[in-house]
Amino acid sequence: MKPLLEYEPVIGMEIHAELRTRSKMFCGCAVTDTTVAEPNTTICPVCTGLPGAMPAVNREAVEQAIMVGLALNCHINEFTSFARKNYFYPDLPKGYQISQYDFPIATEGWVDVADENGAAHHIRVRRAHMEEDTAKLFHVYEPREVDYTLIDFNRCGVPLLEIVSEPDMHSVEAAHAYATKIREILRYLGVNSGDMEKGVLRFEANVSVRPVGRERLGTRTEIKNLNSFRALTLATAYEIERQIAVIEAGGEVVQETLGWDALRNVTFSQRSKEHAHDYRYFPEPDLPPLSIDRPWIDEVAAVLPELPDAKYARFVADYGLTPYDARVLATDRAVADYFESAVKAYSGAPSSVAKWLSGELFYLMNREGVAIEAVRVPPEALAQLIGLVDAGTLNQNSAKTVLGEMFATGGSPEAIVEAKGLAQISDNDQLTAIVAHVVADNADQVAAYLAGKDSVFQWLMGQVMRATRGRAAPDVARQLLQDALEAICDEHKGHFDSEAKAK
Amino acid sequence: MDLYTLSVRQASDLLQTGEITSVALTSAILERIHAVEPTVRAHITVSEDLALQQAEAADVRRRAGEQVTPLTGIPYAVKDCLSTKGVRTTCASKILEDYVPRYNAAVIDRLADAGAVLVGKHNMDEFGMGSSCENSAFFATHNPWDVTRVPGGSSGGSAAAVAAEMTPFALGEDTGGSIRMPAGFCGVTGVKPTYGRVSRYGLIALVSSFDTIGPLTRDVADAALVMQTIAGHDPRDSTSLRAPVPDYDQTFTRDLKGVTVGVPVEYFAEGIDPAVEAPVREALAVLRDLGAEVREVSLPHTHYAIPVYYLILFAEASSNLARFDGVRFGLSSDGADVLERYLHTRHAGFGDEVKRRIMLGTFALSAGYYDAYYLRAQKVRALLRQDFDRAFAEVDALVAPVCPTPAFKLGEKVADPLTMYLSDVHVVAINPAGVPSLALPCGFTGDVPPLPVGMQLIGRPLDEATLFRIGHAYQQATTWHLARPSVMR
Repeated sequence: MKPLLEYEPVIGMEIHAELRTRSKMFCGCAVTDTTVAEPNTTICPVCTGLPGAMPAVNREAVEQAIMVGLALNCHINEFTSFARKNYFYPDLPKGYQISQYDFPIATEGWVDVADENGAAHHIRVRRAHMEEDTAKLFHVYEPREVDYTLIDFNRCGVPLLEIVSEPDMHSVEAAHAYATKIREILRYLGVNSGDMEKGVLRFEANVSVRPVGRERLGTRTEIKNLNSFRALTLATAYEIERQIAVIEAGGEVVQETLGWDALRNVTFSQRSKEHAHDYRYFPEPDLPPLSIDRPWIDEVAAVLPELPDAKYARFVADYGLTPYDARVLATDRAVADYFESAVKAYSGAPSSVAKWLSGELFYLMNREGVAIEAVRVPPEALAQLIGLVDAGTLNQNSAKTVLGEMFATGGSPEAIVEAKGLAQISDNDQLTAIVAHVVADNADQVAAYLAGKDSVFQWLMGQVMRATRGRAAPDVARQLLQDALEAICDEHKGHFDSEAKAK
Repeated sequence: MDLYTLSVRQASDLLQTGEITSVALTSAILERIHAVEPTVRAHITVSEDLALQQAEAADVRRRAGEQVTPLTGIPYAVKDCLSTKGVRTTCASKILEDYVPRYNAAVIDRLADAGAVLVGKHNMDEFGMGSSCENSAFFATHNPWDVTRVPGGSSGGSAAAVAAEMTPFALGEDTGGSIRMPAGFCGVTGVKPTYGRVSRYGLIALVSSFDTIGPLTRDVADAALVMQTIAGHDPRDSTSLRAPVPDYDQTFTRDLKGVTVGVPVEYFAEGIDPAVEAPVREALAVLRDLGAEVREVSLPHTHYAIPVYYLILFAEASSNLARFDGVRFGLSSDGADVLERYLHTRHAGFGDEVKRRIMLGTFALSAGYYDAYYLRAQKVRALLRQDFDRAFAEVDALVAPVCPTPAFKLGEKVADPLTMYLSDVHVVAINPAGVPSLALPCGFTGDVPPLPVGMQLIGRPLDEATLFRIGHAYQQATTWHLARPSVMR
């Protein structure tokens, strides 16, 4: 049923991003891929909360947090401190999480994003604060036996950055675009792999709705543990619809914490406001406040990589790429770096590199499931390959074959062209002979063509290509075939005319 | 000669000259423990085998001509809140009754590096919560001067062990008088260092903002020697201070010319037992005779010390004790679900005083009360600090009684936690201020048997050296620190 009023969704997001530091937030234990490592192998008294163990702040994590803060246009606070968030759960060994509360490291930032419909959104970032990740629990349900839970502390103490937006998103698309942008920036900075399936990036969405035009915000609900973009999109869309339905039915939205059931695609209540945790925050007495002075911030800013939006603009301006190509190539830092390395090694127009990279190489990468970092074709080799096409040594089709070979073996384009005899044939005499052969061997098709069936021309071209194993320079071959057919046509006509005369 | 009667420096000299071995010394200490322990009950654990191994290793080190320190081969024991690798560490709590740490506290590592020999773990009030050592989940420790009385707390086992000559020195832990108060009650010397002077890494925390680790010894010279080894910055404790540690022996002087000591009037106010006040006043006369200038000063916010101290204590302790949940170590009780397991474990594992403080702290930190309690307490704490800053603009150290009364009877205050809280009034204000304090014996009461009276010297932040200088000069001029409880001979 169509709602009586028009409603505007109001969405805010909290994004938990693990930082890709060498060691954990407060101890020297290595940060490992917790989906792969043997459980409980990178743990120590500090991250398992043994009595007496004390935290010490990881400088690298602070620097990565500063980087993210700067990239999100935040103010980096020179006075920042840690706090204890107290609650009991078996994945939290100390009975409190060391987090930041009153004095987060970064505040008051923003990002500009465009959603899939091209609409622009300015989304403010309220704060980004540092904390430690919890352990991972594995609940084991054994029929007829006692259920139990296993705990892996490898993840416990891994640095987390929680990025909190203002409720500035008014559509599912905007929320999706914001989350995508944050992921892109984190990956760009090299502080997070963006691997959603490994759980290194987790979303929470605060959702409320209000009649269009009303200033006051509606009651919000908080959807926890959205671990994929799909879950984010479906859950926020579901929750918006649900809240509208509640209001339309004369009810009131209840402030609560919701979970997302990814099997049934519904949100479900986890905790009502009355049962909300009282985390009893207080300043972490084991860690003195951290002062981040200007020179330190400047030092980090100096090594901050160019961000996707700036790179996009530069690709359009400096390389003359189309906005579409520029976006495609600037979205991933490794791709952008690859592109620029190839351009540097190439003498022609950067748009040719863009075409080959985003077309043929992306096709191969997708087909084989290979990331740009693992591609065996160095950017310089791609540039060489395009150079061979420009020089007429290779035609497009052969070049694709060569690239496929380069992709599979890591060989250089010249070597492959040489080994496979793929150099383009553009020699007139050689091609004239081949064309003559094709015309002579296919009298029926030639007759059909002459009888007006134009499409046969392409078929005959195909025969020329086949005879040259695809190496014929297409423009030259096409011209020669055309010439040959016209010559026959003329001959034919002459013959016809003389016959008529005879009658 | 009974080797157990030796002070650290005496024993160190004899080890150095080869007149005794560490094995002989350690064996004498272990024998002494066996003889006296049934009466005093100072130890939760005696690590006899490990001690003899370490003693042997110390002797080998010395014979091999390897580098030795004044503490190489010297036996010691510590309050049972310091994490000792392979040696049970209980905090005198049922919840840690069988807990054996996998790592050493930073101070234990430092002493091990110096070659000292760990002989055991001392009884205490559970998690340091108490002023009499009666809150131990296992047994009460008795005061060696009068076994019907408490040794003070919470480092009661350590003070009693030093007084009863069961160890040449001990490490205690002082959150709000827990080294100084039992030192005073047992007639030994105790140091509460500047907050951050000694690494807390591996100390099972009571109040992270106040906890300090320090030595209990026969005299100031020994205390300075132990401090020389355990003090200094440690990257594993982010609150430990990056400040050089002076050579304390170099600061010792015969007289106290040029030193000004202050007498805080608030510490001699109502409630002080004349039997305590008189010896402290006499000590002031001794300091004056040694050349010190003595003048009155005021610490006007002293009466806020107790509420500030306890509020912050309750709050931080409630959080620090959250890790005792039965999941990874210690006592673990069954239950139908996670919550029930927590409840059963903590119900069975913690004593009444611990539960009381956890509940008060949880309340003080809860939403709507934080500002009125914890935050306000931290603000008033700044005033307490200011009091000391102002006083130290005028004087080099303060002199005050350790406790307003001598050691009280076992059981006397158990039923009344509030009176118990007030028994540390003169020692607690020091911890919120973070300044160092040295407790040392300065006389006896007229009781039968006589009970020791202690005074404390309070100094500027990081200026333990001045306290040692004053205390050492005082002990050169007096003999109170040489007295031993006769009941134990």
